[in-house]
Amino acid sequence: MQWRNSPNNYGLVSITMHWLIAIAVFGLFALGYWMVGLNYYSSWYHTAPDIHKSVGLVLLALMIFRVVWRFSSSGPAPVPGHSSWVHLATKAGHGLLYLGLFGVMVSGYLISTAEGRGIEVFGWFEVPALISSIPDQEDIAGLVHQYLAWGLVILSVLHALAALKHHFIDRDSTLVRMLGRADA
Amino acid sequence: MFKKTVAALALSSAIFAGHATAADYVIDTKGQHAFVNFKISHLGYSWVWGNFEEFEGGFSFDADKPETSKVNVTLQTASVDTNNAERDKHLRSGDFLNVSEHPTATFKSTAVKPTGEGTADITGDLTLNGVTKPVVIAAKFLGEGKDPWGGYRAGFEGTTTLKLKDFDIKMDLGPASQTVDLIISVEGVRQ
Repeated sequence: MQWRNSPNNYGLVSITMHWLIAIAVFGLFALGYWMVGLNYYSSWYHTAPDIHKSVGLVLLALMIFRVVWRFSSSGPAPVPGHSSWVHLATKAGHGLLYLGLFGVMVSGYLISTAEGRGIEVFGWFEVPALISSIPDQEDIAGLVHQYLAWGLVILSVLHALAALKHHFIDRDSTLVRMLGRADA
Repeated sequence: MFKKTVAALALSSAIFAGHATAADYVIDTKGQHAFVNFKISHLGYSWVWGNFEEFEGGFSFDADKPETSKVNVTLQTASVDTNNAERDKHLRSGDFLNVSEHPTATFKSTAVKPTGEGTADITGDLTLNGVTKPVVIAAKFLGEGKDPWGGYRAGFEGTTTLKLKDFDIKMDLGPASQTVDLIISVEGVRQ
């Protein structure tokens, strides 16, 4: 398999990022959902949010790389046989996923940095607070983070269902090319 | 006729000014010479200090008859500040102050009992987290007098201890942190 995308298939870079980020996003959602219910005396009370924030920030860096990669690569050609409204819906859905991802990560960052404190990434380095003067920053960012997280997870499930529909019902190469296995 | 009326009025206010000892004061939040601070134990190892940044109120005070004094304060619970964004966000949530349901907390005095030279116990109804209970603030009169800018001020400090569970605060922070101490300092500008 090649690193770069080909006319029929995604390449290893795109494929790895797609599935890695998918797992990370669902993992972070589950972790976030669980950690806000922890009581003060749970041994995970500080550890779970630390992991959540660290993974989230690594993910943000990875997403930036992914956007750069996507717009500097030629993607595979659209799967043949789809109408123009399918193309439009595809672009819209994928665009919303990207926006949702960045929105969730930036809003999360804005919660913890609301009064100027940076965020430690696994104890390796600290990401400084760049914006901390928005009134009620941690509360508004918190609401945005919560709603976008749910929206993103629901949209991702729809995205997965759409891929399965293309695979099992339309029997086209939509899913397999994100596994690098579409016929050349 | 007009001049005589004015003179009579001026004379009578001069006579009565010295006898007016009961006065209404507005707490000076414009110049922020008032603070509502609190401290709570962290695990029994240290104190977490915080304050409420936004509040307003007033008091009426008569140095000759302190038992007739009254005090009224309303504070914005969302203005809680313990110098940590994540902790403050948690404090505003349903686990603690539930500010979306209960955006204000109020204190209305019901009785003032002098306890010594310049000190008094102020009993009043505290409404916090939607629960109203009587509390007693141990108050101390700090001083009063003219200020350099044409006003007249009086200042007090007060302390009280609240049990979190008395006000339906949901989160239990452990055995060392069942109560929170309120430390209040106010300066009022006489109206």
